[in-house]
Amino acid sequence: MNAVVPVMKPATLTVNRWLLLWTGMIVFTLLLMFARESLPWAFKYPRAWQLPLAGWISDFMKWLINSFDLGLFTFKDFTRWVAWMVEQPYRLVRSMLSTGFLSGVGSDAVLVFPRVSWVALLAGVMLLGHYAKDWKLAALVGACFAYLVVFGQWDSAMVTLSSIIIAVPIGIVGGMSLGILGHRSTLFRQFLIPILDLMQTVPVFAYLVPVLLLFGFSPVSAMIATIIYALPPMVRVTLLALEQISSEIVEAGAMAGCSRRQLLWKVQLPSAKRSLMVGVNQVVMLSLNMVIIASMIGAGGLGYDVLTALRRLKIGEGVEAGVAITLLAIALDRLSQAYANRSPPMHSLQNQSVWVRHPHALLFAGIVGLTWLIGIYVPAMNTYPESWQVTTGSFWGDLVRYININFFDALESVKNFLLLNIMVPFKRFLISLPWIAVVAMVGLGGWQLGGWRLGLLTASLTSFIAIVGLWTKAMVTLYLCGLSVIIACLIGIPIGILAARNNRVHRIVSVVIDTLQTLPSFVYLMPVVMLFRVGDFAAMLAVIAYAITPIIRYTDHGIRQVSADLIEASRQAGCTRGQLLRKVQIPLALPHIMLGVNQTIMMALSMLVITALVGTRELGQEVYIALTKADTGRGIIAGVCVAFIAIIADRMIGAWASKRKREYGLE
Amino acid sequence: MSKPADPGITNMSETQPLSDSHSDAAEPAVKLSCKHVWKVFGKDVQSLFTADGHFDQMALDGGEYISAVSDASFDVYEGEIFVIMGLSGSGKSTLLRCMTRLIEPSAGEIFFESQDLMKASESELIDLRRHKMGMVFQHFALLPNRTVLGNVALPLEVQGISRGLREQRALEVIELVGLDGRERYYPRELSGGQQQRVGIARSLAAEPDVWFLDEPFSALDPLIRREMQDEFMRLQNVLHKSIIFITHDFEEAIRLADRIAIMKDGAIIQIGTPEQLVLNPATDYVEEFTQGIPRAKVLSVEALMRDVDDDEFSGVVQAGAAIETQLDMILNADRGAVFAVHNEHAETIGALTREVVVDLLATTPRKS
Repeated sequence: MNAVVPVMKPATLTVNRWLLLWTGMIVFTLLLMFARESLPWAFKYPRAWQLPLAGWISDFMKWLINSFDLGLFTFKDFTRWVAWMVEQPYRLVRSMLSTGFLSGVGSDAVLVFPRVSWVALLAGVMLLGHYAKDWKLAALVGACFAYLVVFGQWDSAMVTLSSIIIAVPIGIVGGMSLGILGHRSTLFRQFLIPILDLMQTVPVFAYLVPVLLLFGFSPVSAMIATIIYALPPMVRVTLLALEQISSEIVEAGAMAGCSRRQLLWKVQLPSAKRSLMVGVNQVVMLSLNMVIIASMIGAGGLGYDVLTALRRLKIGEGVEAGVAITLLAIALDRLSQAYANRSPPMHSLQNQSVWVRHPHALLFAGIVGLTWLIGIYVPAMNTYPESWQVTTGSFWGDLVRYININFFDALESVKNFLLLNIMVPFKRFLISLPWIAVVAMVGLGGWQLGGWRLGLLTASLTSFIAIVGLWTKAMVTLYLCGLSVIIACLIGIPIGILAARNNRVHRIVSVVIDTLQTLPSFVYLMPVVMLFRVGDFAAMLAVIAYAITPIIRYTDHGIRQVSADLIEASRQAGCTRGQLLRKVQIPLALPHIMLGVNQTIMMALSMLVITALVGTRELGQEVYIALTKADTGRGIIAGVCVAFIAIIADRMIGAWASKRKREYGLE
Repeated sequence: MSKPADPGITNMSETQPLSDSHSDAAEPAVKLSCKHVWKVFGKDVQSLFTADGHFDQMALDGGEYISAVSDASFDVYEGEIFVIMGLSGSGKSTLLRCMTRLIEPSAGEIFFESQDLMKASESELIDLRRHKMGMVFQHFALLPNRTVLGNVALPLEVQGISRGLREQRALEVIELVGLDGRERYYPRELSGGQQQRVGIARSLAAEPDVWFLDEPFSALDPLIRREMQDEFMRLQNVLHKSIIFITHDFEEAIRLADRIAIMKDGAIIQIGTPEQLVLNPATDYVEEFTQGIPRAKVLSVEALMRDVDDDEFSGVVQAGAAIETQLDMILNADRGAVFAVHNEHAETIGALTREVVVDLLATTPRKS
């Protein structure tokens, strides 16, 4: 007995410590609530204590643009020069795909040389599909591009495609270069990683303003914003890919006598190619995700069409352009994925003639030439005739009208019920909490999960939000994000469990999630606005739809990765399927599922900013207002607050999951 | 070529003078020499070592540091196969990488011929690796995006040799390792054994003087491993490289080595010929490895002979031959037979009795 006591004591003590601290915290909060009248500063952060950070940033921006002189040229000259450099290749590609080569400006312009015919481009992407994988993929991408032609989206789509074609390589090269530098220098890596963290959590809107001010309202600004948005994952993938190369291969390169440069180009990059292609796919997808947002600062094309349609509530046009973006995204996603997974050539293909080795390229060149020749006589070759086009615009309008006439009451009552009974009370509760108690609770949570350093970090990030005077808006963000994530988990986790236990469900779910993930975030807004108009409820639905994919995927994957030995052992011990799930699979998959929750929170936050367009009153709205007023500081500060919420959630969940994994010995 | 004064005996194996195995007057030249090489992991490792080569044993034992290689000293002679044998974690691969400076040693000196490797600059090191060193890796380390030809030609390519010339040279080496006809294949189209042949061809493409092999056959199936060992010996008979061969397999070491260094916990505990290790294991640890080795395979006639006090012999055996190769003749002779032992000049230098050989076969290796 004596031996047991000393072992038991410390364990009960630690449990009591946290219990005590949390009880104390709740008592403290309740006391504050009672003393509301006498301690107003604890509830509403006093204006006099606020830090005018936003103003400082705006002033700095003004100075940068108006007075910063680098000696030979001003900073503004420099940014204009960068814009010019990016614009030249963009113009070339746009002329080739969309406008044709013109001489002269505006309505006086004369066509010197026509653009690539839609027939040729359609054939081109199909050949690419066949080259990358098979005829099935060729048919898929062919169908996607055919939609663009038939539904009259071609011209806009080509403008969008041009900017993607320029932005993606710049993003890839930039991301890879930073990744390589980070791989070589530990110091640079330590400097890079926190910046990447911030770049990936600050909402895009926040840096649209500075980009707009520095580069002007133009497609080039839009591309630069797109590149900034799409670059961080490429940096991360490059860092990881270079790290994952087996040390023997690098040593073999060194022993062959490679210099550092030879090692990089001949050994490291080629052997990391497959992992790097994952990053390429990410850059493509994120660039497409930016299409609509980028049109706010001057990108034309499909994004502009969607945005104007959304603003004028022209449902039909918006849906058609939105679908066009989605199909473009699906086509480019599948193409780049197939290319990444393409098996390298076999030995049998060598020593053959050019015709055998490059049939696709030669065929494409032939078709381009042929369509150009025909195009001289047959204008339909260059421009798909309007009379052949199809539009579904009236159909969508009619559908919405039909739903609204017949189901308005039902939809409205569901919406009102949820709003009145759950959403509004929850929101009021969060806003009524004293900020000082929330800061303390977040700090305590961080401390419990990841030690005092994490506690300090989470507490100081939370107080930053109060100090810059965005507390109430942050609480609204928390309420919308929190509810959306909870509902997404309530729906997503059971679906994930089902998919893990049933292969057919798994296949169907996979296809659905893959498609959902290729949809640009803006597209989610359209149906919810059509059915529920603007407001918190519509926003919440859009956020749920956008953010539900990771929780399903991680739950499915987490349960599937529980080792087969363990499952056999449990079944041998007599577990029923239900017991197996409850006692073995879910507990072991929990760290993994929590990472899914983490991802869901990140996606919910990024979507929430966009829902500001449908009238939510949270941090996203603040960023959006800053964008319309071109107020750099205000946008950045609100954006940083969103990023801080994301970072707090990420660090706390991450700390919990890694603690659990360590306890289970999974790491 | 300057030969360091210390003939490469570690502190632990002074009981066995090296000259035993190199009794000829003309000693072969030293190709590679390690002197008191250390590799220690931990914070601020350099503070352990003072300028005059001494180190702070107290601090090392403090638990802050992990020493992967401790105080390794040995010479590798021209044309010999020097095997470093140890179990996983014994530091043998780290030691090998210190010799090529793929890993930076914490302290000690390494001489390649007369050049001090520790003082070599980055470009001198690249030059050495391009022209004087070749290395074979445990998991082949082939570039998946290059064909056999492209992989083998890599060391020549990075030297800036023109395409035609390097491919011609690469094809010669590919033929040497028996892969002719496969030069256009990609690594994933080859079996493990074939892949390692590519690795071997690549390491030989630049005609290096010193050949490093890091457990080259450990990742292969036992049958293939045997085949590759034979292939390796065939190549060495043609090429006469100075070889440093790492293995965790004592039998492999016995089969291939001229000399073996046994490593444990980062330290070399004994260096000697296979025969010396079997006859005089320095520690119980070494002896445990020798237990499973059939002695007739390792021991030479010379090791078992006694002084001549007979004048009638049933036959003649060569002093340098392994007992195993003479078994048929010895065992078929009458009980009590005595054989004359001849050196290479056909002079009788000793006598071997049938009884000794039978004893050797009958008894399990003795326990001390």
